[in-house]
Amino acid sequence: MKNNYLEISQVGIEFPTEGEPFRALQNVNLSIAKGEFISLIGHSGCGKSTVLNIVAGLYAATEGGVILEGREVDEPGPDRAVVFQNHALLPWLTVYQNVELAVKCVFKKSKTKAEMRDWIEHNLSLVHMDHALHKLPSELSGGMKQRVGIARCLAMQPKVLLMDEPFGALDALTRAHLQDSLMDIQQQLGNTVIMITHDVDEAVLLSDRIVMMTNGPAASIGEVLAIELPRPRDRVVLADDPDFNNYRQQVLRFLYEKQKNPAAKAA
Amino acid sequence: MKAIPIMPKIAQCSALLTFANLRLLIDKTIKTLALPGFGILVFLLLWQLVANNIITSLGQFPGPNQVWEQSNTLLAEHQRERGKEASFYERQQQRNAKKLAKNPDAVVKIRAYTGKATFVDQIGTSLLTVAFGFMVATLVAVPLGIICGLSETVYRCVNPIIQTFKPVSPLAWLPLVTMVVSALYVSDDPFFEKAFLTSAFTVALCCLWPTVVNTIVGVASIDRDLINVSRVLQLSTAVHIRKIVIPSAIPMIFTGLRLSLATGWMVLIAAEMLAQNPGLGKFIWDEFQNGSSNSLGRIMAAVLVIGVIGFILDSLMLTVQKRVSWDKQAILR
Repeated sequence: MKNNYLEISQVGIEFPTEGEPFRALQNVNLSIAKGEFISLIGHSGCGKSTVLNIVAGLYAATEGGVILEGREVDEPGPDRAVVFQNHALLPWLTVYQNVELAVKCVFKKSKTKAEMRDWIEHNLSLVHMDHALHKLPSELSGGMKQRVGIARCLAMQPKVLLMDEPFGALDALTRAHLQDSLMDIQQQLGNTVIMITHDVDEAVLLSDRIVMMTNGPAASIGEVLAIELPRPRDRVVLADDPDFNNYRQQVLRFLYEKQKNPAAKAA
Repeated sequence: MKAIPIMPKIAQCSALLTFANLRLLIDKTIKTLALPGFGILVFLLLWQLVANNIITSLGQFPGPNQVWEQSNTLLAEHQRERGKEASFYERQQQRNAKKLAKNPDAVVKIRAYTGKATFVDQIGTSLLTVAFGFMVATLVAVPLGIICGLSETVYRCVNPIIQTFKPVSPLAWLPLVTMVVSALYVSDDPFFEKAFLTSAFTVALCCLWPTVVNTIVGVASIDRDLINVSRVLQLSTAVHIRKIVIPSAIPMIFTGLRLSLATGWMVLIAAEMLAQNPGLGKFIWDEFQNGSSNSLGRIMAAVLVIGVIGFILDSLMLTVQKRVSWDKQAILR
């Protein structure tokens, strides 16, 4: 497996402010292999989302750049689909139509109408939402909406799936269900994923590598932890697993000893 | 909203009309019929009381009773006028038929009836005028609002102009519009009357602004995530506007349209009054100049009709708004 499917090199970004420009990121370097599941973890305000947005092409880096499969990222595109924290479904379209909008954009030339319909239904069944094709987002629970958001991104067959705290707004049980679904899907399809999270257990359970970020301003990558737990992973079994707990501890130590929460320090 | 399903349910199991259902039904009746009815009754009583104490140079200020009488008179006048019109055409036809019977080559003249416009005719004219003016305003305001909402640059250029013209009274526009229409709309066989165009454009100029301003706000406040979805999907500008911008902004656009229509209706009456363009405004002015003992009653009848029509127009807009709005949870009033 080559390690440079997605290359983030020397990325830094400054945001203009009234006074001096605010430097959010500096010297961010990361190489990601195809099919790898990466978690970005760090305290609020450390620039995790900014990294994700730069990979998505929604922000332009001030210096450095991102190369995906040999091509530089300079604008947003469907090959880097983003799952937003608050699902970002169009509230006036049904579940089916939301996915259809994405599918029509990506496959308007390569798929016939019937193929598109099958493809939309296939992706919705992957996230177990095929029972609610013609419901509006407002008729769904938070977890269901996020499932549809994930289906919309999967249906775009992205090279990288970018997830911005995808389960942050959900309750613990729903979150666990969705994490399991996501693990299944990733096992099946072999997607390359970058996920932002605040949740240490989630990061250890899902990731191949956890990227821990230092506190901002001028945040960077502090440590990278490879998680070598065999897949498929079972959360119940892992709860007692010494390796799992060891990984957990390493992340916790980074977050709460090496990089104390700036907000907590102020308090 | 929540109470609506109760009615069919009661119809379904009327045999099982339970005490609880009955209470809900009574509650609903009180809320939708009894309370508004009570309000109107109190208003009528107060009106009568106050009217009794006001003596004008045209006699006593009309109470509900006189206004009711005058409304009936107005309707009767309308029917009489229609009758006259019908018999005029009948006579004309008979005359022409006789002429042709005598001499098949005779040139027959067909004249249009030129009777006085009745109260009902004036209502029709006013409605047509406001509809036309409002349509013109909407066709300009919604696209303009979308462009300004999408582009900060355009907004900065256009905003001072919008803010300057927004507070201008219709009466200030009227002379200018009149002269411009007279100068530019020159036609031997005009499809629209000049007076109609003058009123309609004055209405359009005044009811443009609420729609423009609300559309701008609606478009500018689209959820950032949805814009990012559009960017990730690389939607073209046209698709972006059609699929994301317009549906997002629809609730605000309709808020604007409702304000615009209400403004337009108010402006129209003033414009018709001042410019002597046909319509309800002219009716009121004519009655005022007439100065008979019935005038005040007739004017009051017109005032009520204007109010009721405004109410109906707004209800129509509200119905449309509810149909096209995706946010079924939002409480619209």
